[in-house]
Amino acid sequence: MSIINNLINGTNFDHKSLNALQKVTLRAVVMSFLFFGLVAIEGMIMRLVQAHAPIPDQFSHPEHYFSIMTVHPIVGIFGSTYQLVFAAFMFLVPFLTKKPLYSVKLANAVWLLITIGTALAWLSAFFTGYAPLYTLYWPLPADTTQFSVFGGIVFIVGVALIMVGTLGFIYNIYATIFQRVGVHKDKTTKELLISGFGIDGMLNLWNKLRGKQPYTKEPALALPVVAIFRGTVDTFLDAIVILSAGVLVLVYLLFDASGHPLNVAAVDALLYKNYFWWGLDLVADGLVLIYVAGSWYLLATLITGQKLFMENVARAALMLELLVSWMVWSHHLLADQGQPEMMKLISGEMVTAFELLTQGLALFITLVTLWKARPLKMSPELAYLLGGLVGFGLAVPAAIIQADMGMNRILHNTQWIIFAHVHIALIVGLYMTLYSAVYVLWPIVTNNTTMFSKKLTWMHFWLYLVGGVGMGAFAGMAGLDGMLRRHLYVNGEFNTLMVIAAICGTMVLIAWVLFLINIVLSVGVKGLIGIFLPAEDKTASYGIEPETVAENHRA
Amino acid sequence: MNFSNSVELLAFHNVAYTIYAFMIISVIVWFAYNLTRKEKAKPIVRIPFYTYIGFLVVMGVGHHIFTYNTIPWVSQDITRHDITPDASYKFEVRKHKWINMPKHVTVQCGQTIEFDVQSRDLVYGFGLFRQDGSMAMQMQVNPGTDVNGILDSNDILWTFNHNGVFDVISTEYSGPDAYDRETGEDLMKVKKWLTVVGCKEEGGKK
Repeated sequence: MSIINNLINGTNFDHKSLNALQKVTLRAVVMSFLFFGLVAIEGMIMRLVQAHAPIPDQFSHPEHYFSIMTVHPIVGIFGSTYQLVFAAFMFLVPFLTKKPLYSVKLANAVWLLITIGTALAWLSAFFTGYAPLYTLYWPLPADTTQFSVFGGIVFIVGVALIMVGTLGFIYNIYATIFQRVGVHKDKTTKELLISGFGIDGMLNLWNKLRGKQPYTKEPALALPVVAIFRGTVDTFLDAIVILSAGVLVLVYLLFDASGHPLNVAAVDALLYKNYFWWGLDLVADGLVLIYVAGSWYLLATLITGQKLFMENVARAALMLELLVSWMVWSHHLLADQGQPEMMKLISGEMVTAFELLTQGLALFITLVTLWKARPLKMSPELAYLLGGLVGFGLAVPAAIIQADMGMNRILHNTQWIIFAHVHIALIVGLYMTLYSAVYVLWPIVTNNTTMFSKKLTWMHFWLYLVGGVGMGAFAGMAGLDGMLRRHLYVNGEFNTLMVIAAICGTMVLIAWVLFLINIVLSVGVKGLIGIFLPAEDKTASYGIEPETVAENHRA
Repeated sequence: MNFSNSVELLAFHNVAYTIYAFMIISVIVWFAYNLTRKEKAKPIVRIPFYTYIGFLVVMGVGHHIFTYNTIPWVSQDITRHDITPDASYKFEVRKHKWINMPKHVTVQCGQTIEFDVQSRDLVYGFGLFRQDGSMAMQMQVNPGTDVNGILDSNDILWTFNHNGVFDVISTEYSGPDAYDRETGEDLMKVKKWLTVVGCKEEGGKK
């Protein structure tokens, strides 16, 4: 009876008490976790095919299998991760700067565009079997002998909508940061720019070395906002690259549909690869790492209620990370024999190795900040944050190992990179950081709604952590045994490791179900529907001071 | 230390990374445990900040120096245009089919072979795999021509130091047409394409 009551009404959640900013944040969060479920199911289908499990034959058909593989990252990275990150940041920037969000309407457009775009891309792959994979290696996305022209057009339009939504997020973030209201009423654009790029942190360090007074004792922007500011530069560049690649594919598909196909050889495949990877890598090696570092710093300060350790170094390191992220794309092209050797050596190996330094620094600063605030209560948000640190602690060196001309020759395109690096970085590193943020922000965004069950929270944590690390590790080992990442195996070639990876994947899926149950029973179906109804309170900011949040997390 | 083939290198890599993974997990577990304790924890080892940063730099750069000096195919790849191979095999790929590819290749132990694969349409891959499924080497095969319409080369030199029989697999996805639409069998896989003979059991020339 109580569960049914919770299912309908939740614990003490009242959607009518939420303001416009809280509601738009929760709408995107809901969509993000629904897409997370979809991506987990897709992943499990692929795991079961590779584990030779008795599932319907159609999943093993190449056009179906690879269409799943094509939309899996689109749904996971854009539909789920982008939505969650954008929602968190469009809430956090007003929260941290104590200024209203520039436009709630635009924030609504962002989650709608990303949701519709992701759905279109998914539908095109599901119904037409459009499957050029997310890498879109030229000229495969324009190969109409293998793929439906209509499917291709719908897919590209879907991805374009996601990118337009992304540009909307970027505009909203910068417009909010540069608004001269509240604490920034007397700040100039120049001061905000200097702070946003972390130049004030560098000048502080430089002055300290020369024994002079700091450039500024109170930077205009808080460190997490600086991380959002800088990560969003990469988000913008990435959106432009993906959009322009999409336009190129769209032009070829439209000409093909009109009966006048263009010559695909007019576009140099290797040059295109360089351009596309430059943009795509700004996600993996740019905005993700910068956003994650910023989130760690924010979570560490909110959980401990103390200042960040070595804040000026952290600010400067974020700037370094931004510059590094623009110069590392060649590590994706170490197996391309036409790629100049110097680019492989400098961009692919040496500059890429800097990521070990920048991410190692972020890990160090976060750990020391937590350590200095001992003793702390092991709350879910702290546990998830530590889980996120483990994820990146495992995933970053796994990639640095492969970003080497010797290792890449025998690891490129194997399951090693996609599991030991990408899946552990995303599932464990990024998502556990995001779950930590969810638990930290939950009382603020939902007006102190009680979570239905702590037991479910901890079950989710352990299943997710063990399943995520396990799947990444065992599937990664299959990569060491020679298993390719973009390949269909139908004879159970790597069965043992795939079965274990599938078991671990199931743990992640079950964890998501438990998380969903916990959230639904906390918010209630009425509350869930209410989130999508217009807010009575049109306020676009949140008044709680960040410092007061920390009080709840102290031991 | 020198790795004469991918089997040795991957075995070393597997052990090294597993040790590292357990180490980083253990550090965070130890950290989490002591984070909640009221008593001050005794550090197992005190690492100054700049030593830690130095360690990261050394690991990042040293890793490449280590592999350059222990993996023979790195320097061979960089200087491949100045090396005369013992044999060359040049062939094409088009519409998911290998064209002008020799039916079978036999290599004597220690020989350095050049493979030059050209694509007439899509991005493919060229990889040699042992019968246990492990990878010996691979490269991407990009399409394209120069201004005179001559197909772009995707060339690699490889020295074989161990006996074995190798399959060819396209290591890059090129669309579902690379597979049988019903059974899912890889249509581009060439079984037992290359055989290496004349090596000692532990590798190297007899």
